[in-house]
Amino acid sequence: MSAVAKNEIRRGLYLDSVRLMQIAAALKSDVPGVEEAALMIGTPANLAILAAAGLIAGGVDAGPNDLVIAVCARDADAAAAALAAARVHLERRAARPAGATYRPRTLDGALATLAGANLALISVPGAFAAAEARRALGRGLNVMLFSDNVSLADEVALKDEALAHGLLMMGPDCGTALIAGTPIGFANSIPRGPVGIVAASGTGLQEVSSLLARAASGISHGIGVGGRDLASEVGARMTLAAMAALERDPTTAHIVLVSKPPDPGVAQRVLDRAARAAKPITVCFLGAETRASYGDRRVVATLSEAAERALGRPLAAALPELRTTNGRTRICGAFVGGSLCAEAQTVLRDGGLAIGSNAPIPGTAATRSHAAGNALIDFGADEYTIGRPHPMIDPALRDGAVAALLGQSDVAVVLADIVIGFGAHPDPARALARVVAAGPRARPLVIASVCGTAGDPQGYARQVATLAEAGIAVASSNAAAARAALAALGKPG
Amino acid sequence: MSDPTRDPLPPPASAAPLDRLLAGPVRVVNIGLEQFATDLAGNGAAVVHVEWAPPAAGDTKLAALLAKLGS
Amino acid sequence: MQLIEDANREAVRRIAAAEPVLIDVRPAGEVIPALGDRVLLHAGPPIEWARMCGPMRGAIAGALVFEGWATDLAAAERLAGSGAVAFAPNHHHGAVGPMTGITTRSMPVLVVENRAFGNRAFCTINEGLGKVMRFGGNDAEVLARLAWLRDELASVLAVGLRARGGLALKGVIARGLAMGDEMHQRNVACTSLTVRELAPALAQAAGSTDKLAAALAFIGANDQFFLNIAMAMGKAIMDPVRDIPGSSVVTAMARNGTDFGVRVSATGDRWFVAPVEMPKGMYFPGFSEADANPDMGDSTIVETVGLGGFAMAAAPAVAGFVGAGGAADALDWTRTMYDITLARSAAWTMPSLDFAGVPTAIDVRKVVSTGIAPVINTGIAHKKPGIGQVGAGVVRAPLDCFKQALVAFAATLGVA
Repeated sequence: MSAVAKNEIRRGLYLDSVRLMQIAAALKSDVPGVEEAALMIGTPANLAILAAAGLIAGGVDAGPNDLVIAVCARDADAAAAALAAARVHLERRAARPAGATYRPRTLDGALATLAGANLALISVPGAFAAAEARRALGRGLNVMLFSDNVSLADEVALKDEALAHGLLMMGPDCGTALIAGTPIGFANSIPRGPVGIVAASGTGLQEVSSLLARAASGISHGIGVGGRDLASEVGARMTLAAMAALERDPTTAHIVLVSKPPDPGVAQRVLDRAARAAKPITVCFLGAETRASYGDRRVVATLSEAAERALGRPLAAALPELRTTNGRTRICGAFVGGSLCAEAQTVLRDGGLAIGSNAPIPGTAATRSHAAGNALIDFGADEYTIGRPHPMIDPALRDGAVAALLGQSDVAVVLADIVIGFGAHPDPARALARVVAAGPRARPLVIASVCGTAGDPQGYARQVATLAEAGIAVASSNAAAARAALAALGKPG
Repeated sequence: MSDPTRDPLPPPASAAPLDRLLAGPVRVVNIGLEQFATDLAGNGAAVVHVEWAPPAAGDTKLAALLAKLGS
Repeated sequence: MQLIEDANREAVRRIAAAEPVLIDVRPAGEVIPALGDRVLLHAGPPIEWARMCGPMRGAIAGALVFEGWATDLAAAERLAGSGAVAFAPNHHHGAVGPMTGITTRSMPVLVVENRAFGNRAFCTINEGLGKVMRFGGNDAEVLARLAWLRDELASVLAVGLRARGGLALKGVIARGLAMGDEMHQRNVACTSLTVRELAPALAQAAGSTDKLAAALAFIGANDQFFLNIAMAMGKAIMDPVRDIPGSSVVTAMARNGTDFGVRVSATGDRWFVAPVEMPKGMYFPGFSEADANPDMGDSTIVETVGLGGFAMAAAPAVAGFVGAGGAADALDWTRTMYDITLARSAAWTMPSLDFAGVPTAIDVRKVVSTGIAPVINTGIAHKKPGIGQVGAGVVRAPLDCFKQALVAFAATLGVA
């Protein structure tokens, strides 16, 4: 059987030669029985090429203004099918948004696409983080460095370079910020308001800003400085720069600083600077032994106090009225937020209890588990997060610890924090509620608080309702939950 | 009388980049976890996500060389 | 490293400061002193006869006959293989050539002068499409055309260009980019603009209506006429960027059909070579990948200055060669090149990218870091000499060249 060549001439039709070649390739691959195909403008040179390829089916009357569709197929039917397919292709207009698939692979590629970029948010593995941050600073960008496992030496060098260029270096190990109304990283939906927060702690920033939001106030900015900024080697470099920036910022009327208690030299530096602040300032050294030890009325020891100072009034604090049953004496907590664990420790310690934690504050003991005594465990600590997602994203480990505690007959109260917002688990309240619902009927009191707002994807009210439906008592703040635990044991808070 | 915390004047051109950042809006280059870029975009922020990969596709010798050459 | 940043800033400055002007056409032997008896220049990095591909050998045989150094093609092949002919890359003598890129002393070459630095670069005149020497053609028809270029067209162009004071090229490129050219696979707009610019001077220079008609017909029939001008321009722009201590900018990319060679500023004239890759593209009817010659030509000097594959956003139709889709892919290819370059041209912009400048100054560090190799739009030659172009497509520069170059570059700074 010999092959059949068929031609079709389209008068006055011009299409780019590449498009024509694409169509020819499609005919060869898609239409069964096609041996050769070509679409070419009818110039003499092209007609010669078609003839040499055996594609001309007898005399072809075509000129340079005409399109010749030429196919060679195993039989007449296949040839006709090929010509029909060619017609379809010629009518088709590809529609695809430009640039839909392009993803820059480098910072410079990104800067070529986004004019006026002013912040690099970096969350690459720690081994590569410092180099990426350095490059971003070198391009004049402020940096938020989520990555951890960056050396102290690198942190100091990066912060010095940032300061020399008037740039912000948030981190390393900074996962939360709110700049000019935009939440960045693990942050909540917070209305704009007059309080500016500088935080060496992510959940600390989240709790203070959420409390302000729920009290109908808001924040100007939440600037993260990284967990180690107040270590002696770093010396609060970025904290001081951020404080100064908030003093200059016209949308900030009150400044709040949140940190774990720094070493005495750094603390003094910060407080000296606070004393000269151009605006009212509250310094929260979370878990500070006693406020009096600083001799400075600006210093508070809990996040909720910091919010109250900034608000200028007390937070509404209706405590759940709870009583424990006989024989139950211990308070145990399982936390996803490190600062929330520290704040709960502070309240219980100041309420006269002996406490243990895997992330102990001054005046509490180090302990690794809930085995004995009053124990508050931070499940976001390193030993729980190597090779695992942070419990704010996946609370399974924390929830499992709660399940175990529910079966302990000497535990009076289980404290837990529900942290919502962008980046967090889509429904942490439901996960905890399931654990409680599946537990024994005779169980410890479970007292929780929700760190978040109505504007968060998970919805503050929905989270509270889910917990309440499961019989979990919901306090109005993390500190209030700890105070409710004390009250349940008959202790003054 | 207007509340200066609600209707601020923009910072002068000579202000530090940090002050200009706070004046807003943030325009973010996201390098690493894609979820951050998705959330930023969902909140109406201008953001471009970088498909980051380790330098030199994991060739440690070349990567070490590149780090020294500070690219 | 500050030294590198400063050196690269200087490299970028020199590229931006270039003022390339097509000033003349001269016999190659007159402007390239090394081109004496039995000396022959070829495309790509250095290569010996034994390793050359079919089309290059065919072209060389034809050139030897053309110069009268051999009586026929068979004798020419024997001469070439005997060691009596000195081969050298065009790049070693201030020249570039497309595909086989053969340059011998009596062939007329375009002369482009970079007025900002005073250096000059050379390239033969584009012979046209089909059976031509740059694809390995070497029969009587090919040699007759070369003789016509030497004896007729060269003087018309030379007299016309000199009388006119030359043709400034940066503006022609800028207009061509706005008209769908990228100066490697697409040169029809720049060719047309050039004819328009030169026509009055050619009319004066031609001496007779027949000569003028022949010249205009020859140029007018060749959509790729401007390619060789663009190549000489690229060489003229990049030569002053060579030998800057500490600069990691790529100063040349070139192929000889066997090896792909890359040069970097700080490492001077060293070539970093690796086997060329096979283009991926579309084939003319009757041909397929089985017929294709490996990648060849000095035309990648065009990508080295940010045009060709780098400027694909200006020529969306060319992106069809990649396979899937069209205009959007073209934009993506150019955007990807931003990841490996240091600057965006102020003079050469692309309407479809909101007039963003083409990516210039390839940084060898970025190539190795990202693993993104420069993208090249290229014609595909038949692997048998003398048949001509069988298709066109996209090819990448081999990453291995850049890895070798990075190690050598680091060594110049005492870094290992």
